[in-house]
Formats: sequence, structure tokens, C-alpha cells
Amino acid sequence: MSRTRSVRRVAATGLSLTAVLAMAACGGSDSSSSSSAAALNWDQKGPITYVQGKDNNNVVQPLVDKWNAAHPDEKVTFIQLSDKADEQRQKMIDNATTNGSSGYDVLSLDVVWTAEFAAKQYVVELPSDQFKTDGMLDSAVDGASYFNKLYAIPASSDGALLYYRKDLLDAAGITEAPKTWDDMKAACAKVKATNKSIDCYGGQFQKYEGLTCNITEWVNSAGGEFLDKDGKPQVNSEASLKGVSYLQGMFKDGTIPAEATTWMEEPSRQAFQDGKLVFLRQWPYAYSLMQASDGSSKVNGKFGIAPLPGLTGPGVSTLGGHNMAVTKTAKNLGTAKAFIEWYTSADQEKVLAEKASLAPSLESLYSDASLTKQMPYLPTLLESIKTAKARPKAVQYNDVTQAIQDASYDVVKSGKDPKATFDSLQTKLTDLTKA
Amino acid sequence: MATTAVTAPVQSGKRKKNPFSDGQERLAWLLNLPTLAVILFVVGIPIVLSIRESLFRTNQGVDPNTGLVASGDTFVGLDNYINAFTATASPVTGVWGTMPRLVNAFINNMFFTVVCVSIETVLGVAMALIMARAFKGTGMVRAAILVPWAIPTIVSAMLWKVVFDANGVMNRLIHKQVLWLGDSAASQWAVIIADVWKTAPFIGLMTLAGLQTIPAEVYEAAKVDGSSAWRTFTQITLPLIKPALVVAVLFRTLDTMRMFDLPYGLIGANKYSVETLSMFAFMESRSQRYGAAAAYSILLFLLIMLIAFLFIKLLGADVVGDPETRAITEQRKRLRKLHKQQVQRTKAKASQTITSGESAA
Repeated sequence: MSRTRSVRRVAATGLSLTAVLAMAACGGSDSSSSSSAAALNWDQKGPITYVQGKDNNNVVQPLVDKWNAAHPDEKVTFIQLSDKADEQRQKMIDNATTNGSSGYDVLSLDVVWTAEFAAKQYVVELPSDQFKTDGMLDSAVDGASYFNKLYAIPASSDGALLYYRKDLLDAAGITEAPKTWDDMKAACAKVKATNKSIDCYGGQFQKYEGLTCNITEWVNSAGGEFLDKDGKPQVNSEASLKGVSYLQGMFKDGTIPAEATTWMEEPSRQAFQDGKLVFLRQWPYAYSLMQASDGSSKVNGKFGIAPLPGLTGPGVSTLGGHNMAVTKTAKNLGTAKAFIEWYTSADQEKVLAEKASLAPSLESLYSDASLTKQMPYLPTLLESIKTAKARPKAVQYNDVTQAIQDASYDVVKSGKDPKATFDSLQTKLTDLTKA
Repeated sequence: MATTAVTAPVQSGKRKKNPFSDGQERLAWLLNLPTLAVILFVVGIPIVLSIRESLFRTNQGVDPNTGLVASGDTFVGLDNYINAFTATASPVTGVWGTMPRLVNAFINNMFFTVVCVSIETVLGVAMALIMARAFKGTGMVRAAILVPWAIPTIVSAMLWKVVFDANGVMNRLIHKQVLWLGDSAASQWAVIIADVWKTAPFIGLMTLAGLQTIPAEVYEAAKVDGSSAWRTFTQITLPLIKPALVVAVLFRTLDTMRMFDLPYGLIGANKYSVETLSMFAFMESRSQRYGAAAAYSILLFLLIMLIAFLFIKLLGADVVGDPETRAITEQRKRLRKLHKQQVQRTKAKASQTITSGESAA
């Protein structure tokens, strides 16, 4: 096998020169790593790299600098990837499947990638005698486990929040954020009576991973689910379809502007902070950016935050967050372990929360006095995360999420019949999730 | 009478020799060997390996007890190719209706190629005609026309993304909200507009080179004869720039067939209205289905080869453009023709001697 591997590497090198065939041979799965977690040396120290997506709030590098100042012999190099989740994942897979290219040691994995990275053994199992998850949110630890084994340590958790224009709701005589979708529409109608040009609700409905997050919330918040507890798809259940149909209705009656089908996180944040929306479904990261008082945000001090609304009561957020995992090519595991422990300790998570609105994975921080003072929404977010549901834990997650996006985009953008579309999605998912 | 001397080498039963050869063929081979080795290494071997890869399938099954994926590849013969055309499990709906993803990508490829290259050819020739004119500020005009060509495709994709944003310049210009960046026929036109903007200058540049080889006397003569501008263009300019233009169009056709970065950067992945064959192959490889990805790449490769072949045969595109090679080829053609004529004449003579005697030779 190893001969084939090196031949393939030659092929990959040559292929990059012949553009037509560039994608043909640059990878393949690796068969060499069947090493069990126990055989690894978790004491070896030395320099490592830490890889994560774009550092939008410029907070990670200072933290890494702090670590490096205290550990001159165990320097951590921070590698920033794209701000698009899909591209981060691919970069990490490329790195894991291209022989000879080590370089990535500690990965910041999106919570949905854990199953795939664990199943394909791109990351190593973390032995329970070395890593402790005491005090961390149960849902977050569950998101970092696969087949009851721990593969990563939650560094941050995430849940979606409803950002709303408090000033406009106040002016319309509405004192609290809507709890249901109907309430939300009613509130919009009142606001629009005086603000004709403003749009009601926005989310991330461009065709990409964010669409999966959004659509999952609409399904879950109506009492439906994508995969039941046995891992069987249930996307065309009555409850699931209710949520999807409600969302489609909001697109059809203009409650959600049509341009939302081209929005990812940043364009939707831009629309909200330019004052074009009353409500926005968004992650907590946007909070500090929208509060910026340097003129970049027109809504600083004018908006509030609430849990997502649902069909008949509070909605269900999609579980987000990032977990720190160790790649199979990492050598200095002792440093990797120490860095992960340090990075996920209360002090560091607090900094990340303060500076980047990153929701901590440690439950105690949600009641930390100085944090809740700065971010009064933290207790609400904790509730949101505690009831949050993960996206499907599928090894072929790439295919699963693409099938979900295909169907959802057909429904929200092309206005296709939700029942027929999700019936065929059900068939596809059944096919993809069977063992 | 003179023909007999020339036809001799063709008629000789020995292996055909290059009429221009000076007997140093072996040395020529030796000198070219390093180059040939490099080409074999960077082009030949990868193609062979890709073909090999396309006959395998990466295992994706999950062990139900450990949840781990048993890694490795399985030999599946031509399955990847057969599945490409018969896969009914994954039909997609783009602009052209619901069909297998490969067929959809193929139609997109063809659509983009025909539309983009046609528009680019017309615009490119127009640009060349403007650039060839001598007037004040020619330099500025030439530079301005060539700027889009100099910008990397992925950068121009990002630029056009801003233009085609829901609140972008384009929508303000047309006073309508078209969601170019969604997944619809509008997305296709966004790609076409951006592609034409970027690559029409390429055809312009190649045509300009052709234009500048046309001597001014030809135009003067046309003027003296009272030829109209249109007639001058169709009867003089077009035939004379044809060799350059055909090569430019060929290159653009092959380039557009492989289009990847523009739709990927501008519209995004998995958008079936703009997905081309190379995007599809790329997405398959992202799902770690390297065998299928290789198979689709090979299909695209064969398609491009076929089109290039047709271009050269039907339109006589002279891609090499080396006068010596051309001279040799033409000489061979001439000899073959002469030889044929002579054979016919001998035959004719043979039959004529009996009936009517010799006619004009």
C-alpha cells in the first residue's frame, strides 16, 4: 500500500500542472494509522501549530502570543484558514490525506466534523486518563464524542440568538421579544406601520452550511427533527414539514426579503447593522461587532437579544461551537495536550468570550459576574445551548448536508412544494445514513 | 517531364523519409530526449495514473461497532464511468430540468462555451479593430482593454460578486432586484458577463497581432477600387486574420470547457445552474470519491481532446505556427497530390492509348 501512496504523491504533484486532471489523484484515505490512543506518547514537548478559521475579532493571536511568552520552548504557531466553514474543513482534510505534509497539529473542528474526522482517523482519540471534561456543557462534550469515545475538547459552544431592534419594538409599544413566529410577524407588522422600507426577518439562506443550520432550527422549533434518536431520518414528518412550510410562507409573503437567499453570516450581519432588518437570526459572534461604536454599525445600543422563537413556544437552536482535536500526524502531543488544557481553561475562555463573544464551553462562566455584566444575554444563551440540537452526526456529513441544502434551497428560493421536496430528501438521507 | 524527379522518393518502396532531412534524425532525438522525459513525467505519467485511479473506488463504509471507516480502495473496473451516465440516485435540478448531475454539468459546459466564446469573438474582433487604429491615446485604449485579462480569474470573480450583490451596482443600474448570486438562469448570465469581460481582450489581443501583419497596400488598393468598409472587412480583413482568430477561438473554447474558478468563486459550490464538469469532479473529490472524480476528469479530458481535434481538422487551426513544419507538411501534401495525379494520368494514358491517342499533357 505504501508504494501506491508514494506513487500517488508523484501523481498529485504532476497533476497540479495539468489543470484538467488536477483533482484526480490528490488524496485517498490512509491505511497506515490503526494505532490505538494508548500507544501515543502524551509527554513529548516541542513546537506545534494551531489551526482554525478566520479570526474575525483578532483575539486568538494575542492569546497565542501570551502562551508563547510563557512557553518559549513550546511555541505555538497560529494558522488562520478561510472564514468559510466548508473551506476550513477541506483544508484540514487535504492536510490529513496528503502524505508527508504534517504541519497541522491542533485543529479547531466545527462540532459537525467530529464524526467524520474521528471515523476516518484524521484525529486521534483522547484518552480519558489524560483529558478531563469536568464542568463542560453536556451537549458540547457529546458533540465532541463519537461512538462514546472522546475525540476532542470543546473550546467554545454556540447557539443561535434572535437579534432584534429594541428601539423599533419599543417605539411600536412592544416590550418583550417575540416567543413564537406568529408573534414575530405581528411585531413586524406594527414596526412596518411607521418604517415602510424595513424588512422583517433575516437569516443565512444562501446555499451553504449555514442553510443547514437555519433549516434545522425551523424543523426542530416546530417539533420535528432531522434524525431521530436511533439515527433514522424523519425530515418528512408532519411536524418537520410544518416548520419548513412556515419558513417558505415567510419568504412568499415578504416577511423575509428575497435577497436573504444570497446571505451568509457576514452579509446578513451587514444588513442588520445597516438598519435594514427588524429581526436577525445570528450567532453570538456578531454581538460585539454590532455594538461597535466607531460608526461601522448603525444599530449599536439599539438592539436586544433573545432566544429563537418557535412555532408554539421558544425555538430550538442548532448546536454550534468548536472543539480542539489533535491530528494523527502531530508529534509533540505533550505540548498539544497542555495547550488545549490551557486554551480551554476558564481564564482563556473568558477572554474569548469578552473579546469575541465566543460562548464558553465551561458552564460556570455563564454565571460569571463580570461576563454577564458585559454580555447580559449569556444566561439566555445558556438556555439556548442546553436545548440546542446538533446537526446529524453522519460520517458522510458532506453528502448529508448537501442533500439538505439542495432540498432547502429548492423550498426557500424556488418555492417548491415542501412535502414533495422533503419526501425525496427523506429517501436520500435514509440511503446516506444506513450503516 | 519535371515531375518524374520529384516523385521518385515517394514512389520508393522503402520507409518514408522526411524530404528535408539531412540525416541527423538520431542526433535530433537525442537532443530532444530530456524534454520528452520531462513531458512524460509531468503529463504522461499523471494521465496514466489518473486513468488507473478512475478504476478504483474509495471505501466509505462505516464499521457498525467502532464507527470507524475501513480505509482503502476497491477495484471496480469501468463502474465509475458507467455510473456517471446511469446514476439515477442523484438527479439534480438546474436550469435545464432534472437530470443526472454529470449530464447537467455537461450541458452547462456546452452552454457556457457556445455563448461565451461567440460573444467574446465578436467583441474581441471589435476591440482589435479599435486597438489597431492609429489615433490619439491608442496606448491608453490598448492598456484599458487589456486590464481585465491581466486580473487573475478568482480576483475578478470576487470583484463581480460585489457588482452582482443583491444591493450591488448591477441591480442599481437596471433598477430591478435580480438575485444573481442565487442559483438560477441569472447566475448563468452573471458568469457569462464576467467571463466575457475578462477574456474578450484575449481574443482582441490575438486578433490584433493578426491585424498588424496585413500590409497597408492591400487596404489602399481596396480603397482605390471603391470597396465599401463592410466589404473591405469581410473580404480582406477577416480572411487575413483568420489564422490568428481561429487559434484564439480554439484556445478560448478549450479554456471555457474547463471553466472552474469563475463560477466557483462568483456563484459558489453545488449550484447546479452553473456547475461545470470540472466543478463536479472537484466536488466529488471533496467528498473523498477520488475514483469517480478521476473518471469525470478523464471524460472531460476526452471531450476537450475531441473538440480540439475537430477544430484543427475542420477549421484548420494552425496551433504550432512554425513556418518550417508548415513548409514540410505542405510539401508532403503537394508531393502526395502530384503522385496521385501522376498515377491517374498513367492510368488515363493507358486507357486513352487505345481509344483516342494522346491529349494535352
